[in-house]
Amino acid sequence: MSVLVYVENAEGKFKKSTFEVVSYAKEIAKQLGTSLTALSIGNVADSALAELGKYGAQKVLSVSNDKLKSFVNQAYASIISSAAKAEGSKIIVLAASFSGKGLAPRIAVKLEAGLVDGAVELPELTGGKFIVKKNAFSGKAFAHVELTSEVKIISLVPNSYKVVEHPETATVTAFESTAAESDFGVMIKDIVRASDKISLPDAELVVSAGRGLKGPENWAMVEELANLLGAATACSKPVSDAGWRPHSEHVGQTGITVSPNLYIAIGISGAIQHLAGVSSSKVIVVINKDPEAPFFKVADYGIVGDAFEVVPQLIEAIKKFKEVA
Amino acid sequence: MKVLVCISNVPDTTTKIAFTDNNTQFNAVGVQYIINPYDEIALARAIELCEGGKGTVTVINVGDASTEPTIRKALAIGADDAIRVNAAPRDAYFVAKQIANTAKDGGYDFILTGRESIDYNGSQVAAMVGEFLSIPSVSIIKKLDLNGTSATLEREIEGGKEVVETPLPFIASCAEGVAEPKIPNMRGIMSARTKPLAIVEPVEITKVAEVKSYETPAPRGQVKLIDAGDVSKLVDALHSEAKVI
Ligand SMILES: Cc1cc2nc3c(=O)[nH]c(=O)nc-3n(C[C@H](O)[C@H](O)[C@H](O)COP(=O)(O)OP(=O)(O)OC[C@H]3O[C@@H](n4cnc5c(N)ncnc54)[C@H](O)[C@@H]3O)c2cc1C
Repeated sequence: MSVLVYVENAEGKFKKSTFEVVSYAKEIAKQLGTSLTALSIGNVADSALAELGKYGAQKVLSVSNDKLKSFVNQAYASIISSAAKAEGSKIIVLAASFSGKGLAPRIAVKLEAGLVDGAVELPELTGGKFIVKKNAFSGKAFAHVELTSEVKIISLVPNSYKVVEHPETATVTAFESTAAESDFGVMIKDIVRASDKISLPDAELVVSAGRGLKGPENWAMVEELANLLGAATACSKPVSDAGWRPHSEHVGQTGITVSPNLYIAIGISGAIQHLAGVSSSKVIVVINKDPEAPFFKVADYGIVGDAFEVVPQLIEAIKKFKEVA
Repeated sequence: MKVLVCISNVPDTTTKIAFTDNNTQFNAVGVQYIINPYDEIALARAIELCEGGKGTVTVINVGDASTEPTIRKALAIGADDAIRVNAAPRDAYFVAKQIANTAKDGGYDFILTGRESIDYNGSQVAAMVGEFLSIPSVSIIKKLDLNGTSATLEREIEGGKEVVETPLPFIASCAEGVAEPKIPNMRGIMSARTKPLAIVEPVEITKVAEVKSYETPAPRGQVKLIDAGDVSKLVDALHSEAKVI
C-alpha cells in the first residue's frame, strides 16, 4: 500500500528536484497513513540511496544494471510499473522532468492509471477524493483534476514544492529489472550536457532577455549577471527564432514554462504568450526603457531605464552585495 | 511511407483565459481556435519528409464537428487526408486510446505529435499512444531524421540533449527545432476543401481523470518602481524584502 516515488538521477547523482518529489510523496504518504518506498534505476551509490531516508523514504528499491545506466524509456516504465505492483502501491510520484514526461504516460497505460502531469501543489484528499492542482493553458490558469482510477500517478513540476527533511532509516534493497528485450529498441547514441550551465526548468533564479538587447553580441552582460547570481539564462521567442540564443532558452506559451523564485526580464515587452510561461515565478523583476511595457503590470519590481546602463550597474551592485554578505 | 500526425484544436495564443459556471467550464465565447503550435511543427516535419512522392501524411484529431476548420487548415498546409474521431477530447488517456485504436491497423511508419497542447499541457498523448501500440516513444524532440528502417532523434534533457536511434515504427512528440511551421498557400487552401476527411466513432473507455474546476493565478500587487540611478535598492529589496537572493 506504500506510496512509490521514482527517484531520477543524472549520471548517478540525485538533483534537488528528486528531493522535492521525495518530500512531496512523503507528505502524501503521511496524510494517507502509509509508508514511502523510493525506486531508483541506474548506477547510484548505496550511500546516496540511503540518504533518501533523510526526506522520508523508509525503503529504497534499487535497480542497478549497466544496461539501465542511462534512460531507456520503455524499460524504465516497465520496471516502475512492476515495482508499483510488487509494493501494492496505488500512488506513484515522479518529477515532471524531460524523462518523467516520457515515462509517466507509459506507466499510466500499463496500470490503467489516471495521471496528473505537472502538479504544482499537494493533492486535496477530503471526502475520499483525490484532486490535484496543475498548470493549464500554459501558465495562464490552473486546473483541479480529480483522479478516479484505482492507481494514481502524479508528476511534480520542479521548484514547486520545497525540500522538507523527515528523517527515517531507509533500507536499501536490490530490485530485479523486469524489462523485456523488446523494451530496449531505442538506443542512445550520444549525450551532450553543458555541465557548467544551470538547467532552465530546474533553476531557482532566471535571468532572461529579449529583443531589447538588439543582438547576440550583447548577451555577455546577461551571462555575467546570471553567473553572479547562480541563475539560468533564458530569452523571449523572437530572440531564439533569430538564432541569437538556443531554442532551449525560449520561455513562454510555446517554449518552456518556468516557476523560479526570481525571474529577471531585461528588454522583454511582456506579450501575453511570454507571460504565460513565467507568471508562476515567485518574484518578477522587469528592466525596460518603456514605462508602458505590459510586463510592468505583472512585475513585483521594476526599473524604467536603458538595459545597457542598468544591467552593468546591477552587476556592480550585486558584486558589492556579495562582498559584504 | 505513411505518416500520422496528431493535431489538437486549441485557443489562439492571444486568448485571455476565463471560466464560467463557477469556474468549471472554459469560457469559449469569442475564442479563436488554432492548430496547437507544437503540432504545426510536427506537421511541417512530416510534410518535409514525405515531399516529392516519398509518402503521405494523415492528420488525426479527436474532437467534435467544431474542430473541422482546424483540420482543414492542416490539409491546406499540406496533409494528404484527415481522420476525425467524433468525440469531445475528455482527457489525454481517452484521446490517446482513440488515436491508438485508429492507428493500429493503419500501417503508419511513424506518428508525430506536438510536445504538449497549449491548453491542458498534458504532454501525455505521445507516450500513451506508444504504450497502447507497444512501439517506442520519444518525448520532446528537437530534431528528426530518417535513415531507412530507423530514425535519429534529438531529445531535450535538462541542460543539454540526447541523441537516440529508434527503429520504425515509433511515435515522437515535437518541440521547436524539428521544423519551421508552414503557411498554407492559395493552392493548398483550395485543395483542402476536397481532400478526404474520414469521421470515425470513438471507443468507450473508463474515465480515469476529470477536471473539477479551474483557477486563474492571483493578481500580483502593484509593481514597486526603483529609480534607474539607484539599482542597489533593487538588490536590497531582493535580499531583505523578497528574500530571493
Ligand atoms: C503563436 C505565438 C506563440 C508565441 N509564443 C511565445 C513564447 O512562447 N514566448 C515568447 O517570448 N513570445 C512568444 N510569442 C511572441 C510574442 O507575441 C512577442 O512577440 C515576444 O514575446 C516579444 O519578444 P520581446 O519582448 O523580446 O520583443 P519586443 O516585443 O520587441 O520587446 C522588446 C522590449 O525591449 C524594450 N527595449 C528596447 N530597447 C531597450 C533597452 N535599451 N533597454 C531596455 N529595454 C529596451 C522595449 O521597450 C520592448 O518592451 C508568440 C507569438 C505567437 C503569435
